Amino acid sequence: MRNYIIKRILLSILILFCTTFVIYAVMRCLPTSYAEQMALRLASAPNAKPYQELLAQLNKTYGLDRDIFTGYIGWLKDFAVGNFGDSWKFTVPVVDKFADSVGISFIMGVITLILELIISIPLGIIAATKQYSRTDYVISAGALVGISLPTFFFATILQLIFAVKLRWFDTHGMVGRNFAQLDSWGQFLDYAHHMVLPIVTITIVSIGGLMRYTRTNMLEVLNADYIRTARAKGLSEKKVIYSHAFRNTLIPLVTIVGGSLPGLFSGALITETLFAINGIGYVSYQAMVAGDIPFSMFYMTFIALLTLLGNLISDVLYAVVDPRVRVAG
Amino acid sequence: MSEEKDIKKAPDSEQEYSLNDDRRVKVLSPGAMVAKRFFRNRLAVVGLVMLAFMFLFSFLGGLLMPYGEGEQFYTVEILQKDYVNATQNNDFRLSVADGQEVGAVLSTYINKAAIEAAETFSYKDVNYTNVAEGNDTYSVYQGDTLLAVCSKDIIYTADGLAEPSFNVKYGALVANAKGGGTFTADGKEYTVDEDGNLLQGDTEIAIISRFVVVSTASDIVITRDFREKLEEALVNEDGSLNKEGEFVYTGDDGVENIYDIIYDPAFEVWAIKQGTPTDVFDTYSYPTLQHPLGTDKNGMDIITRLMYGGRVSLIIGFIVVFIETFLGVIMGGIAGYFGGWVDNLIMRLVDIFYCIPSMPILIILGSVMDSLNMDPQVRMMLMMLILGFLGWAGIARLVRGQILSLREQEFMTATEACGIRASRRIFRHLIPNVIPQLIVTCTMGLGSTIIMEATLSFLGLGVKFPFASWGNIISDVNDSYVMTTYWFVWIPAGICLLVAVLGFNFVGDGLRDAFDPRMKR
Repeated sequence: MRNYIIKRILLSILILFCTTFVIYAVMRCLPTSYAEQMALRLASAPNAKPYQELLAQLNKTYGLDRDIFTGYIGWLKDFAVGNFGDSWKFTVPVVDKFADSVGISFIMGVITLILELIISIPLGIIAATKQYSRTDYVISAGALVGISLPTFFFATILQLIFAVKLRWFDTHGMVGRNFAQLDSWGQFLDYAHHMVLPIVTITIVSIGGLMRYTRTNMLEVLNADYIRTARAKGLSEKKVIYSHAFRNTLIPLVTIVGGSLPGLFSGALITETLFAINGIGYVSYQAMVAGDIPFSMFYMTFIALLTLLGNLISDVLYAVVDPRVRVAG
Repeated sequence: MSEEKDIKKAPDSEQEYSLNDDRRVKVLSPGAMVAKRFFRNRLAVVGLVMLAFMFLFSFLGGLLMPYGEGEQFYTVEILQKDYVNATQNNDFRLSVADGQEVGAVLSTYINKAAIEAAETFSYKDVNYTNVAEGNDTYSVYQGDTLLAVCSKDIIYTADGLAEPSFNVKYGALVANAKGGGTFTADGKEYTVDEDGNLLQGDTEIAIISRFVVVSTASDIVITRDFREKLEEALVNEDGSLNKEGEFVYTGDDGVENIYDIIYDPAFEVWAIKQGTPTDVFDTYSYPTLQHPLGTDKNGMDIITRLMYGGRVSLIIGFIVVFIETFLGVIMGGIAGYFGGWVDNLIMRLVDIFYCIPSMPILIILGSVMDSLNMDPQVRMMLMMLILGFLGWAGIARLVRGQILSLREQEFMTATEACGIRASRRIFRHLIPNVIPQLIVTCTMGLGSTIIMEATLSFLGLGVKFPFASWGNIISDVNDSYVMTTYWFVWIPAGICLLVAVLGFNFVGDGLRDAFDPRMKR
């Protein structure tokens, strides 16, 4: 077991290296004029350094004056000691901006995940136990609609209905106009009020996947022989479903939910952008659109790391939770 | 196991056959079984209908609509353009008698005297007499000689006539100042009526007025008749001034024009605005019969744009999924069939591609292409290639997994035992067994690719104008005025997108169930 985990971790590190190299290569392949343009723009800002100096600095920072491999190794060294450079767009160290914004994304992510679990797992189980009933059709169709909803369209519809027509919420932003005058409890409520629409958006768009996953796995388990045995023993249907079937459905559920935990930090790019929530998603979107290479590099590496971590966690969890895999591994 | 179930279940549903009827035991080919199971799934059929509708809408609709993808529509709009400005003259104007000369300084003195209504004044030791004729009109004499006339009234000669001589003007101004009357000048008799018309006999030769009418553009000629009618419009019956309203004037050509009168109290100027019909882009027009869903910000017909946008979105979806599948099947097939270090290498590659964040990369590349002002068509191609290239990992993993499990099954051992050559084993026996899974994944993948493309286009980083795409049609809502006011611009596009993606997902889901022999029906 330990060997398996160690092997997986080592492999993940290797993959991380390769992925960051690919990301670095993509950045390197951007037309060279791009760095020049950027330097030109930075140089035209008030109190900026002269153009030549900036260009040299940019080239040096990203190792653009070296060949791609040495450049990458140089970047990696900086990265390893936690030197991610200064964001071009926000003109503060990348890490500072990141630390500023990741918290709100994480909070939103946690709330969304909890809502998602509360809504989708019970619905998935109901749909599976009543397969091909009307309830199942409604739930399955609902899940597919959720999956098919383009986030930006759904968010805009919500904005139109609840913010513009009904005026229950603000369309954009994290705080209301009178935020500064509120006491700390009021400020908290104001924050919460502005979080409602984004969280609803992300939840609706994302419950479909987990719901279908639960349904599929529950169906698989319900078709298993031991369920037939349990029924043959004359156990009540409730007991069959909730203590025999559901427990076995938990195995894939735990692994997938465990694997999605790192994703809580990654932020919801589109939703945050549309609602102007200053989470990591919106901040990095601004950075990417502005061609802010240091921040984008950092963000992409961060996302890659989260994905790897997610895969690692779900694989390891799978091995931990499922005795069959443990034996085989 | 479940095949047995199917047969066992059959009698329930087909009770009309007698027990020994052969048709009771229908033997269906695997394909027919799949089709039967698929069409029993109501959601899948709904999805199929949705897809069929979207395809007809996009591919046939574009041919049937009379408008082109980039056709812009115009509308005639009445633009209120400044036509003339009118002011009531509050300055004295000087007309100098024939043979007399008045210098600049002297004229200033005359003006001053007129303003102060002084009866006499002197300049350079010469005394002048200023005789008030009434109504802000003064005759200026030097001794007994008439030097000039100073008045706030202005004489506008009738069109086509030469300017009258000083004597006539003088007589007219004086007569007008006294509220009308007759006078003789240069041996002819003239009459000034109450309205300030100067008549010679019965012909009008000039009008005396206190209004100054100035045209705002060199090509506007103000006829005397127009001036006269305008003055009537500006001054009410009781002599008060008309501050706003409309003024209708029929010119010589019989064309009736409507002018808006706007008074600016700060400058005491009337702006007379003429509504000029101007061709403008018919932007954001509400749905009409010509444009069932109105027009967008460029004056293009939205339903036509939706059709062409659907074409673009669907084609992009298909090409991207094709690239993904092509790469995925080859890589997955190689990895699964050969195993060993090849498998290891390819699977690590798959892991790497899994980790590459595709959305951020596409956003960055999109903004770089923006800054390079890349041609929209090239952009579209590049976007498809990148999307396809970043997306094959999932399919490769699926194909490899399937092949790994199939390779160990008995039928593969049988093919080997029969001495069938390797390529035939792969393409004839292995790949067909992967295809059901592949079709399901591709169908679902089409939906998510379309969403991805729409999201990028929505952010302005995908398909660009002049090409239409459902995403970039919706991107108009970034203007919050459009979002709240012009629902017909973005809601239909969103619904099209939703219907198409939902169709793919319903069908994909139905196919998954239909292909899965363990499913109960």
